[in-house]
Amino acid sequence: MTNVNLTLNGKAVSADVPDNTLLVSFIRETMALTGTHVGCDTSQCGACVVHVNGESVKSCTMLAVAAEGAEVTTIEGIGSAESLHPMQQAFHENHGLQCGFCTPGMVMSAIELVEKNPNPSEQDVREGLEGNICRCTGYHNIVKSVQAGAQKMGG
Amino acid sequence: MPEGSTKDGIGASVRRKEDKRFLTGSGRYTADISRHGQLHVHFIRSDHAHANIKSIRTDAAAKADGVVAIYTGEDVAADGIGGPICGWVVTNRDGSPTNEPPHPILANGSVRYVGDHVVAVIAETLQQARDAAELVEIDYEVLAPVVDLASASEGVQIHENVPNNMYFDFELGDEAAAEAALAEAATVVELEVRNNRLVPNAMEPRAAVAEYDPVDEAYTLFTTSQNPHLTRLVIGAFMLSIPESKFRVVAPDVGGGFGSKIYVYPEEAVCTWASKKLQRPIKWTADRSESFLADAHGRDHINKVRMALDANNRITGLRVDSLANIGSYLSAFSVVTPTILHAPLLSGCYQIPAIYTNVKGMATTTAPVDAYRGAGRPEATYLLERVMDAAARQVGMDPAEFRRMNFIPKDAFPYQTPVALQYDIGDYEAPLDKALEMIDYKGFEARRAEAAKRGKYRGIGLSSYIEACGIAPSAVAGALGSRVGLYESATVRVDPTGTINVMTGTHSHGQGHDTTFAQIVADKLGVDVGQVQIIHGDSDKTPFGMGSYGSRSLAVGGSAIAKAVDKVIDKAKIIAAHLMEAADSDVVFADGKFTVAGTDTEKGFGEIALAAYVPHNYPHDRLEPGLEETAFYDPLNFTYPSGTHIAEVEIDPATGVVQLVDWACCDDFGNLINPMIVEGQVHGGIAQGVGQALMENAAYDENGQLITASYMDYCMPRADDLPDFKVDYTVTACTHNDLGVKGCGEAGAIASPPALINAVIDALSPLGVTDMSMPASPEKVWRAINEAGKAQAAE
Repeated sequence: MTNVNLTLNGKAVSADVPDNTLLVSFIRETMALTGTHVGCDTSQCGACVVHVNGESVKSCTMLAVAAEGAEVTTIEGIGSAESLHPMQQAFHENHGLQCGFCTPGMVMSAIELVEKNPNPSEQDVREGLEGNICRCTGYHNIVKSVQAGAQKMGG
Repeated sequence: MPEGSTKDGIGASVRRKEDKRFLTGSGRYTADISRHGQLHVHFIRSDHAHANIKSIRTDAAAKADGVVAIYTGEDVAADGIGGPICGWVVTNRDGSPTNEPPHPILANGSVRYVGDHVVAVIAETLQQARDAAELVEIDYEVLAPVVDLASASEGVQIHENVPNNMYFDFELGDEAAAEAALAEAATVVELEVRNNRLVPNAMEPRAAVAEYDPVDEAYTLFTTSQNPHLTRLVIGAFMLSIPESKFRVVAPDVGGGFGSKIYVYPEEAVCTWASKKLQRPIKWTADRSESFLADAHGRDHINKVRMALDANNRITGLRVDSLANIGSYLSAFSVVTPTILHAPLLSGCYQIPAIYTNVKGMATTTAPVDAYRGAGRPEATYLLERVMDAAARQVGMDPAEFRRMNFIPKDAFPYQTPVALQYDIGDYEAPLDKALEMIDYKGFEARRAEAAKRGKYRGIGLSSYIEACGIAPSAVAGALGSRVGLYESATVRVDPTGTINVMTGTHSHGQGHDTTFAQIVADKLGVDVGQVQIIHGDSDKTPFGMGSYGSRSLAVGGSAIAKAVDKVIDKAKIIAAHLMEAADSDVVFADGKFTVAGTDTEKGFGEIALAAYVPHNYPHDRLEPGLEETAFYDPLNFTYPSGTHIAEVEIDPATGVVQLVDWACCDDFGNLINPMIVEGQVHGGIAQGVGQALMENAAYDENGQLITASYMDYCMPRADDLPDFKVDYTVTACTHNDLGVKGCGEAGAIASPPALINAVIDALSPLGVTDMSMPASPEKVWRAINEAGKAQAAE
């Protein structure tokens, strides 16, 4: 067991977890924040994307102990039902989600993409989301959402 | 659009009510649910495609940290636990029934595919269960696998009661008439196609959490299901002998299904069974690798096609002989998918006087194969639209014009096909014309020439499809072998304050029912969409329903809701007439108000709702208090969405990569309730079809090992593999449901694969290429280009 201390969605958290605990398990099971999803076991699908110190990270590829001292932000930390993040709002307005399972990872990846490239072209978005699989939407409306989200975020 | 549309009623692209919980991480999927004191189960699966189990030693594992129980097939047999049943069987050509082998939930004596369930290890934590599983020793006697579909009948027999590894031998149509047409034909077109095997890959892996309440003697199962009532019925009545009244099945938010979550699987039954034995909740969540191995796969047909044309190039006959890979066991809809959902679609959009088909359902030592988005209809559409292009090429006609001249004309409806279906309505030329215009078909040769200058091969391909949706009229289904009815149910409960709860027997796992269904109710009652709450997925809350698949939710479930709302209005009118002291027949309901015709006397819908629950001044002699109605709707016919999809591709001869550069489609889904949601369904369906045509393939090696068992080996479509899609509609309203709707969920996946492969063949046709199998991977395309090049050089 190792004691892990990190900042999760702006709050300091601490827990003793087995050394091999993945960051995604720490978030979902230890901290009971179930918005971050697990869609594969080979780090291919992107459903588990969170921000660690502002960078998109597949939280299934990182041990919780490796996030010691980090600022971790999950889908629960970027907006609320009453006050959606501009990217969440854009996904809503452009029908960028269907079953919702890939959505948290998709939104987290999209926010980082726009933070790095405030005015992405369609091709930039398609290439930028290559690490996130969606089985429902055919990506058409996700691309529209990300471009609209970029506008809303001030691009 | 129907009259009476409001700003958020029928026909409006209302933004989805369900979005916020998904966007904020508040969705509640099965894996998100944890119960106090729960245990975790890990399944040890067969490493072998086919083997006898000689022994299982669990003593060391049983002593491992945290282990609470270890169960094998012997424990299952000792408790008399049944297996999942096949929900629909067919009669063989010789009149005999489908051969149905047993399907134990933990292997009993033999394993029949890699991934077959052998041992359930239950421990305090998942890690402990996995660690203990390493200590279980299983001694196998390895048997010969049966992997190749074409030679499956010659392989070692997999099940005692399935001789020649043939589950069924189905036929439909008039063999003599089809053969006569072929014998007399001016042109016979022959084609053999393989419909490649797919893994559905809903992004949420399957999961289950079961608990037993000893006080109520009742079970609750949370599970990733498209049809919780069917799960309750099958596990309760056929597997564990649990009274339905003591068994609640909840399918909460479900992260996509595409067919794979229709069926009852062994894992959820084991969880339910063990929850009582151990008096603790039991949780299981699949790894993606388990999903690859043990979710029901899709497609996997070999179809031999012969089409007859007369001297005017009109189709006179069609014969299709098919082998369908059913896999190791009969999953719930595995038999109906390649038969009843396939053979009747072989007429497509065309006038074909004589059709005959034979479908043999084969057992192999691979994962069970069952319905996957489209289910039988994509296979029918693929072979038909491929042979349509082959025929047009053979007789030197433009493929669009060859289709047009063979379409069933729009004045021929209702149209009885020679393969059982009667199409109620359609107009196939309208969407063809629109799609041709959308993609600028006339300008294609200029684009091909321009691409050639850049060293690229450019091609265009069409697919004009029809599907039978709105599954299904129960009496017809029953006559064809269904063991269930296929009606749908709804309860509309108006609260005293006028808010409305709608309990539907369908299930939403991405389709947006919370919004579409609310629009129907809001439109009919003249209330705001926000006043309407849709409840689904809980057998304790909703009336018995059949769930969502086969593009049935709106056409059948939506019709049940509309019917229940009509009953509410009928009752409310009598209450309003009483309150306004008018005759029932003088009361008119519109825009949420009851008025006495020809007067300005009116009552709002909310006033009537309150009067129904505070019935002081009330027609007690005629009505019970309250305002809640239930309706069951059994459709009169299937619905028949149709349309044309057109793909345009560019191929790089250096790499063989097929780039999808444009897509135009025009679909006829009847009336649209929410065009935004419909369009999303079309996009997603096309993407899955593109996946099948260009990337996806579930491949077993000769030993029966699945060699595409992760996202590293199984190629899923990603954002940069796809273009923007041009989507439009024409409308012929369905004639036999009040909403005039047909269903839209599967169309894209049905229409798109042949359009793409036809485009690839068209691109390579200048080289003499006439065939391409799915997926058209870069390697295959590169080889085709180079083989063709060698052949041309040799000439």
